[in-house]
This record gives sequence, structure tokens and C-alpha cells, in this order.
Amino acid sequence: MSVVNIDLPLWLAVPFVLLLLLGSLIILIGALGLLRLPSFYQRIHGPAITITLGTGCVLFASMLYFSNLESRLVLHELLIAAFLLLTAPVTSMMIMRASVYRDLRAGRIIRESDAKESYRFPGQHDE
Amino acid sequence: MSRWLPSPLLSASLLIMWLLLNQSFSPGQLLIGAILAIAAPILARPLRPFTVAMRKPMVALRLAGWSLKEIIRSSFNVSRIILFTRHDRLNSQFIRIPLDLRDPYGLAVLSCIINSTPGTVWVELMPDSNDLALHVFDLHDANWWIDMIKTRYEQPLIEIFEQGNP
Amino acid sequence: MTTLITLTILFAQGCTMLAMLFCAIRLLLGPSAQDRVLALDTLWMCGMILALVMGIRFANDVYFEMALLIALTGFVSSIALTKFLTRGEIIE
Repeated sequence: MSVVNIDLPLWLAVPFVLLLLLGSLIILIGALGLLRLPSFYQRIHGPAITITLGTGCVLFASMLYFSNLESRLVLHELLIAAFLLLTAPVTSMMIMRASVYRDLRAGRIIRESDAKESYRFPGQHDE
Repeated sequence: MSRWLPSPLLSASLLIMWLLLNQSFSPGQLLIGAILAIAAPILARPLRPFTVAMRKPMVALRLAGWSLKEIIRSSFNVSRIILFTRHDRLNSQFIRIPLDLRDPYGLAVLSCIINSTPGTVWVELMPDSNDLALHVFDLHDANWWIDMIKTRYEQPLIEIFEQGNP
Repeated sequence: MTTLITLTILFAQGCTMLAMLFCAIRLLLGPSAQDRVLALDTLWMCGMILALVMGIRFANDVYFEMALLIALTGFVSSIALTKFLTRGEIIE
């Protein structure tokens, strides 16, 4: 099993390599944020860059590659991009909301009625 | 026209989706795609509580361009914070933003844009008012966020979805 | 040039697999249930990206359908899990 060798022309190869490098680095940084950040409400922001910019770069690189390979315009990666644009926000909002409701029930955060912050962690501003 | 094509935008996107999925422009695929594009909105009409009227496509395009730029900019911001900032110095906060937007479709688009932008997550509309609870990854100035969301995102959405509608 | 492209594709595959490893560690460690759901969702997304990179590597279009299906099922399962976390039951 090895990589199929296909020559890209130079004007396609440069953006392809750059996009793929940027995308994979962004994916790695997002997962690193998920692993290393200390609290859940910070960890939820790590995968957001994986899903938006990382996937976007890889999809665009794939479009360039297959357009060259089949020598016509291949656009069906746009379907995945549109689908992710519709669903990824819903997923992150549902996870955030599940976490906030669970913490509200357990008393780990408190809902404020009129303040600049909408929720606060008990003991944070009490001094 | 309105009886057979209740929502032309939905029909057009269904047809494009079908053609992209099959990767061909042959007459047979065009026919099947057209049947899908005409039948699906009619069958799904009882599911849509009220129709949406979108105005000002130029404003919508400008909003899309701005949010794309904002997504890319804040992606690099978030990755810089993850890599180089000490994590105990992060100021992650819930903030509250009073909204004037009432249209449900406009609110849905606003939540999609805010959640797609790395660094901010929409939590909920506060139960007793029309305020938006938002979680920000690294908060410097709450007023900057309120100002940015109200002028850059909410104002175009009000123009697109609400003005002109009774 | 061909070597550079090959190396880039292999590098992207390695990065994605490392990201999946990080997600798996968070899935095992995760102190709370919502951490595990978040890690599982990110793991799905990394799997989808891995399918795309494999498609580029083997120059095969079939991997695109695989990526589309992974994205679809990942969304449905994440929503079901978060509904379960919020309310404690999936079907009301």
C-alpha cells in the first residue's frame, strides 16, 4: 500500500501543499486544546477550529486534487462543507446547553437575573 | 407558480444537491432531480410553520463574507491562545447580550454564525427576556463583543429578515 | 515535487491520527459526561477528515461517500447523546 503518484502542475501543487499543511496543523492544535485546556467550558472551544478551518482546508485541497485528477471541475466536496456548516453549530450548542443545564441542576453555576454576566460560578466574585 | 414551487430557493438547492451527489448533468439525472426539487417542498410544506421572506441579497452576501473573514481570523486567534498563552490566565466568561432580533429564522442564522466562529458559543436565550447568553473563550472587553455582534451580525439580519415584513 | 506532495499527504494523515489519539485520551479521561460526548464528536469529525485524506492518498473517489456518511451519522448520534444528557431520556 503506497501513495499513488500523480504529478500536479506547479500552480496547483503549491496551494494544495499549503492548504493540506495548514489544515492538518489546525486539526492537531484543536485536538491538543481538547486535551490540555483545564475546564470543560474552555475545552469546548478547541474542536471548533478543527471542524471549521481544519475541515475547510482539507476539503478545498481535496477539491483541487480531484479536479486535476479527473480533469474536470469536481465540486461535490462542497456538499460536506454545507452540511457541516448546518450541523456543527447545532452540535456545539446542544453540548453546551446540556452541560449548562446539568451544572445548573447540580448547583455548580448560578443563573443571574440582571448582571453583565449571564451565569456565574459560585465563589468566583464573592470576596 | 406559488402552488407548484412554494419555495424556489429550497427547490434550487435540492436540485443542485442531487446533481452534485451524482456528479453528472445527463438528462436522466436532471429529470430525477427536478422531480425531487418539485415534490419535496410540496410534501414538506406542512412541516414549515410559516414561510420566510428574504430580502436584500447584497446585504446577505456582505454578511457571509464578513462572517467568513471573522471565522478565519478567530481560528488563528484560538490556536495562538491554545499554543502560547498560559491556560490559567485565560478569562473565559459568560456574557449577556440584549437582542432586538425577534424573527425565528434570523435567530437561527445568528446562532449558526456565532457557533461557527471559534471562540464563541451560543448558550441560550435567557428565559425571562430576549437576552442572549454567550460564552467567550478569552474575554478582554465585554462591550466590544456586544457592539460587534449588534452592529455586524444583528443589524444585517434585521434588514434581511424583518424589514418590510408586517 | 512528487516527493513533496507524498510527504505532505503522509504528514496530514499522521496529524489526523495523532488528533484522534488525543480525542481518545480525552474520551477515556474526561471527568464529566459532557466531556466524553464532546470528545466523541471530535473523534467522529477527525475520522471524517481521515477518510478524506485517505481518498487523496489512494486517488479514489469512494472515500468521499464514506466521509459524507460519517458526517451524517456523527451528527445524529451526537444530538441523541446530548438530548440524553439534558433530559435523561432520548425519546419523549
